[in-house]
Amino acid sequence: MQYLWMIVAGVCGGIIGGMGMGGGTLLIPILTILLGWSQLAAQTTNLVAFLPMALVSIVIHTKHKLVDFKALLWVTLPALATTCVASFVAPKLEGDLLQKMFGWFIAVVGVVMLGKTIFDWIKSKSNKTKMPPKSKSKSIF
Amino acid sequence: MKEKFEEKIWGENNAFSMTKKIWLVIGSLVAGICTGLFGGGGGMLIVPLLTTLYGLEQDKAHATALATIFPLCCISSIFYLVGAGWEYQNGLVVSLGVVVGGIVGSFALRKIPKRMLGVIFYILMIGGGVKMIIG
Repeated sequence: MQYLWMIVAGVCGGIIGGMGMGGGTLLIPILTILLGWSQLAAQTTNLVAFLPMALVSIVIHTKHKLVDFKALLWVTLPALATTCVASFVAPKLEGDLLQKMFGWFIAVVGVVMLGKTIFDWIKSKSNKTKMPPKSKSKSIF
Repeated sequence: MKEKFEEKIWGENNAFSMTKKIWLVIGSLVAGICTGLFGGGGGMLIVPLLTTLYGLEQDKAHATALATIFPLCCISSIFYLVGAGWEYQNGLVVSLGVVVGGIVGSFALRKIPKRMLGVIFYILMIGGGVKMIIG
């Protein structure tokens, strides 16, 4: 039964992650709040689980020609440097502190992203009444 | 000369100015810190970077962000596993679920109304974050 909930948690995180929306920000709170895992265990699991999932997703996205490799280099190279430092520090921090920091992180990012999503949504709706939709993402709504 | 060079490098994205490059690198540094410190979430920061600063479409930005954080997570997981170890049994069960979900998500990327899903997802995120801060 315990394993069933773990799989359900994984599938939820995976769907969001496969869409490139940051599945970890969903998977980690599910694991810690609902299943009672420690923050560090949830983070480690999220990192490791992401690897095979991302590989499959990247292959599919590359086939659909959705991956822009020039943009990829610009973002990956600087980020690699800071990731090394931060992931060296994280396991040494106290669990409670790490969880609080993570809480602030997802709360702030959540508020900003929610605001941006709603703002874009309203903007694209008001545009739609004036002119025909141009891009694919606008035509969904 | 410089414009030609820019065009050669960036193709149709030649509006990619120096200021934007600097901001893109700064944003990437921050996304790297978040990925390392929080074991994920870097993708959420990289998607808006790619759309606003690099000018990618939403779908492409999502796919590229995923490919971008892959090497970051490789490095990060090594540091985590060496630094703290892992309950691999439970972890692998969750990972199995993530793989299944990931495949579904990748195929659904072009079909699902992303904004609606986004709104629900962000509200859940805020709720989870507040719960974690309060403890």
